[in-house]
Amino acid sequence: MAEPILQVKDLVKHFPVTQGIVVQRTIGQVKAVDGVSFDLMHGETLGVVGESGCGKSTLAQVLMCLTPPTAGQAFYRGQDIFKLRGSALRRIRRQIQIVLQDPYTSLNPRMTVGDIIGEPFEIHTEVAPKGDRRRRVQELLEVVGLSPEHINRYPHQFSGGQRQRIGIARALALKPEIIICDEPVSALDVSIQAQVMNLLGDLQRELDLSYMFIAHDLSVVRHLSDRVAVMYLGKIAEIGTEDQIYEHPTHPYTQALLSAVPVPDPTLRGRREVIRLIGDVPSPIDPPSGCRFRTRCWKAQDICAETEPPLLAPVSDDVFLDSHPSACHFAEERPHVVV
Amino acid sequence: MTTTNEGQGPLLEVRDLHVEFHTRDGIARVLNGVSFSVDVGETLAVLGESGSGKSVTAQTIMGILDMPPGKITKGEIFFRGKDMLKMSEEERRGIRASGIAMIFQDALSALNPVFTVGFQIAEQLRLRRGMNKKDALKRAVELLDLVKIPNAAGRVKQYPHEFSGGMRQRAMIAMSLALDPEVLIADEPTTALDVTVQAQIMDLLAELRRERNMGMILITHDLGVVADVADRIAVMYAGRIVEHADVFSLYRQPCHPYTAALLESMPRLDLKGQELATIKGLPPNLLRPPSGCPFHPRCRMAVDQCVAEVPQLITLGMDRLSRCFRAEEMITNG
Repeated sequence: MAEPILQVKDLVKHFPVTQGIVVQRTIGQVKAVDGVSFDLMHGETLGVVGESGCGKSTLAQVLMCLTPPTAGQAFYRGQDIFKLRGSALRRIRRQIQIVLQDPYTSLNPRMTVGDIIGEPFEIHTEVAPKGDRRRRVQELLEVVGLSPEHINRYPHQFSGGQRQRIGIARALALKPEIIICDEPVSALDVSIQAQVMNLLGDLQRELDLSYMFIAHDLSVVRHLSDRVAVMYLGKIAEIGTEDQIYEHPTHPYTQALLSAVPVPDPTLRGRREVIRLIGDVPSPIDPPSGCRFRTRCWKAQDICAETEPPLLAPVSDDVFLDSHPSACHFAEERPHVVV
Repeated sequence: MTTTNEGQGPLLEVRDLHVEFHTRDGIARVLNGVSFSVDVGETLAVLGESGSGKSVTAQTIMGILDMPPGKITKGEIFFRGKDMLKMSEEERRGIRASGIAMIFQDALSALNPVFTVGFQIAEQLRLRRGMNKKDALKRAVELLDLVKIPNAAGRVKQYPHEFSGGMRQRAMIAMSLALDPEVLIADEPTTALDVTVQAQIMDLLAELRRERNMGMILITHDLGVVADVADRIAVMYAGRIVEHADVFSLYRQPCHPYTAALLESMPRLDLKGQELATIKGLPPNLLRPPSGCPFHPRCRMAVDQCVAEVPQLITLGMDRLSRCFRAEEMITNG
């Protein structure tokens, strides 16, 4: 757990907004990811939570090298992955794999399960020699809890949970060190969701994987994560250990987010303090000045519109205070915010 | 509109509803005897996973089930004491929206993209209430105001794509309220929304239900949302209600193994991560349902009797029903 396996520094991804058909003019930028830095430690799960449009999926795409970043660096074992080209890039890609959200659209319906899971071997032939591939695919099916006999079936013959297992098997095929899970269970039913979450946990222990676990469901993230980053409008609002974020959140956004999660216990009805945020998330094309959360924040003062709060742990004289980075001018724990 | 109920019995009552779908691969029995009732000012939550038949129940009540392939083989749906399934389409239409209205899950696909939001709300007022264009649009503004859309007067002229997700859901709620329904069916109203917006919408729905004293059927798969707003819960599995109880009893002491397993398999915000309890296997294929109790292949309490016969709903004390042979055992053993 000591050394970071992936270090992300000031990552920025802007998408141009254009106008016109023949002559395209850029009229703005969607600031999807706007200066994100974090470390992913070896063997840990870093949860990334946030509402839709906060940039969590763009972050995944950039780290997978599926789309180039506008600025910033990401170091995998000391190497900046965005500077790599050709075979060097291919080698890194082997180590960082992704599990996608929707198991219905992320598997090619015309390919058999064997072909889907075996396809990575076509590019990375060194992982499994040609004669060995079928056996390797069957092994992978078994690892994710499917029957090896299903190798010749097509995706439509499987249920949602089983398809997600196929997606996981495909991500595991190249024996990666890092798996980015982009909302892997949000399309699944509760009873199936638990099965897939347990599988991800087991695989991490067995195969010594590091996960970046992206989700909007705070309960799911808490269940799997060692550390959690909360994102809002392209920036990290707060980052810390699972306990720090869920039990001692200091950023108002985190506090509001946690209080809004419904708890399956009717006896708490009306007894829970719920922070109701007003309005919607502002557009990432034209984010608010200063602190991006200030338009919905109940603590906002003039300083919030003027200076952007840095993502820093508050300095305190209390040596026993277990502080963690929080991008708020008025970062402070609320008493009893989590029930 | 919400006068006291002149007939005896509840506002809306579904009795022994059977629906099947005729597909290329055979007949899928989607609803196998669903019965429940909703009274004035009451919220009933229908809880179930995908394929349990909860949305088909809602569609059948609204009369928007696609027939074919759907077919109602048996059952009655009483609204104010009259069986809606025996009514003519015209009578049915009179109840739709003014008696029973529905909110859909995905507001973007439920709204028509080529008409303004104001036009779509005003349309029913013009057609059904005979209002002129101007008055109807004025009422649409009031309705948008009611669901707390800021700058409603400007917003009525906008198209659905100019609204954010939460705003669209609000517009749809406004639309469903246009003809002052007595029963509101909300089919997964917040599934497509973020948590902070979900909280806003659920608050709004609860408030409107209280103010207008409507009966509400909340269809959802989310055990958390249900705990906050429902009075009673009906848990569905494979086209049957397997457990029916008031919300407090259900969470304190589930009386069906499926409900118990659902509650255990849910990751909770207030509990730290251990291995989650899982329900083994998959929901049944309705084309070839298992014999006996449809849950028996996945049930940890299954006995021989469960394979042989379908359990009936048994009454367990006040207003509690369970479709399990071992329900009484579950209560006594805690």
